Amino acid sequence: MAIVIFDGIAYGMLLYLISVGLSITLGLMNFVNLAHGAFAMIGGYAASLAMSRLGVPFPVALLVAFAAGGVAGAVLERVLFARLYSSTHLDQLLLTIGLVFVCVATATYLFGPTMQAFSLPSYLDGQVRVLDLDVGRYRLFLVLIGGIVVLSLAALMTQTKFGAMVRACVDNRRVSAGLGLPVGRVYLLAFALGCGLAGFGGALGLGMLSLDPTFPLKYLIYFLIVVCVGGAGTLSGPFLAALLVGVVDVASKYYLPQLGAFVIYVFMVVLLLFRPHGLIPRRGVR
Amino acid sequence: MFNISPRILGVAEGAFWAGLLACYFLLPNSLPLLTQILIVGLFAVSLDIALGYAGILTVGHAAFFGAGAYVAGLLSKSGWGEPVSGLLVAAVAGGVLGYLCSWLIVRGADLTRLMITIGICLLLYELANRFGGLTGGADGLQGIETWPLLGVLKFDLYGRTAYVYTLVVVAMLFAGLRVFLRSPLGLALKGVHENTRRMQALGSPVGARLRLAYTASALVAAVAGALMAQTTQFVGLDSLSFDKSAEVLIILILGGTGRLYGGLLGAIAYTLIHDSFSQLDARYWMLGLGLFLVAFVLLGRGGLTAWLSRAFVVRSRS
Repeated sequence: MAIVIFDGIAYGMLLYLISVGLSITLGLMNFVNLAHGAFAMIGGYAASLAMSRLGVPFPVALLVAFAAGGVAGAVLERVLFARLYSSTHLDQLLLTIGLVFVCVATATYLFGPTMQAFSLPSYLDGQVRVLDLDVGRYRLFLVLIGGIVVLSLAALMTQTKFGAMVRACVDNRRVSAGLGLPVGRVYLLAFALGCGLAGFGGALGLGMLSLDPTFPLKYLIYFLIVVCVGGAGTLSGPFLAALLVGVVDVASKYYLPQLGAFVIYVFMVVLLLFRPHGLIPRRGVR
Repeated sequence: MFNISPRILGVAEGAFWAGLLACYFLLPNSLPLLTQILIVGLFAVSLDIALGYAGILTVGHAAFFGAGAYVAGLLSKSGWGEPVSGLLVAAVAGGVLGYLCSWLIVRGADLTRLMITIGICLLLYELANRFGGLTGGADGLQGIETWPLLGVLKFDLYGRTAYVYTLVVVAMLFAGLRVFLRSPLGLALKGVHENTRRMQALGSPVGARLRLAYTASALVAAVAGALMAQTTQFVGLDSLSFDKSAEVLIILILGGTGRLYGGLLGAIAYTLIHDSFSQLDARYWMLGLGLFLVAFVLLGRGGLTAWLSRAFVVRSRS
């Protein structure tokens, strides 16, 4: 029981890392972005290639993945996304579905349709005993790294000037621009940060999520569930939701394997039925 | 830019349907493909009611298409292969499912709607996948038998009966939708899409209107699915997939949203393009679709019907 919950939390941490950027674009910038998983995929492939071709160690590969996701995000934000901030949701939806298709096709062309081979470094293999519980080292690593990133992200958003600028710009774009804040640049940085975290999560998850070219479509629903169930636009809502989704998903696959992904979809629909704006709605949204 | 009178527009509309009928005689070897075009066109029109007219953002419309297909297929497999009644049963099933879902749909904002529609579609996909004993799972539903139409016309190998049957059903539904969308009720729907708050202020029951539109849309999608099950005598799991939902969305925007003929024209164009590139590797096709979507959004020209309506301006000669 306890181990299922622990594994669920590790999975939830991973989901949170990948999805938190989506919470910013969906909730704060009000941009329907179905292409978010593509940045996680870019990070995953970047890390995988860095390790297999250049032989860099896993922690460095994680940083490479973060950079790859962030750069890809920044470029696409300038070239495509920034033009559509004020477009209809349908246009945004179409653009991002198109991007997903392009990414899936490109990844298939470059890396082939099969799953990317990956082996954990030896120090993350096996189990370790913590508080009377045999937990996987890799999952413990996920929880630790996830916790560190969550705390630093929260500190960044609430304690620093940059965080205050992001919150101001997304709360009211026009007033912020009128006050002289560089709104375009803040959006760019926030978007790139979210994509970088997604890439980081994609690389971190190499040992848990299977990386193949359909990755952005396969896990899209999980990222969306995390953000929507949690309440788009907050940092704490998706965190709570990601842990819930992780635990529910792992538990359902452990105890009710014949139902598969069914439980998580029902879970989402029921939650959205009772809380259509998420577990922790953003202030101002009822 | 050409000025045309409403009369010519009417003639063009008549010619469109006459052309579809003439295809029966002119292209006897491509009838299965033409049947597919009509079915996909009907499916795209059903999406248009929800997306183009009512403005409900949905990427899960395959749920109703697949549900209709499975209901019609299972009915026929369990010993009742009469096509017309099978179609009606599928329509009712799709309508009921759509009505139930519509209560969820109207509650949320765009994002929640998107989630709910994708969620329901995935849910049904998992259901069909898990209950393999009933639905055939990943192998698809096989062994569907469709009885002769009206007890006389057999569904032959060349798809002649299937084409006429599909054409009649599509034309009847299309005519019905045309009346519905041009009625005050249909106009109210358009109003909800364009300015929800003002419609609320005018005292229009916005929620009820949206539920009605969504139910109608689901019903028509289910009929399209049932037609596919009956004419191809096979239902694949992919009829419930996210890809199917995305594909019909692409077809609709290719044709143009919020216009009666958008779905049909989009289906014709899309299927012909897809068919002529059928030798192409699937990944290049996907790349092409993706690039098309990106270009479409950036250039923002509103699809085939919008292009036509810019080229031909309808003006009465008074």
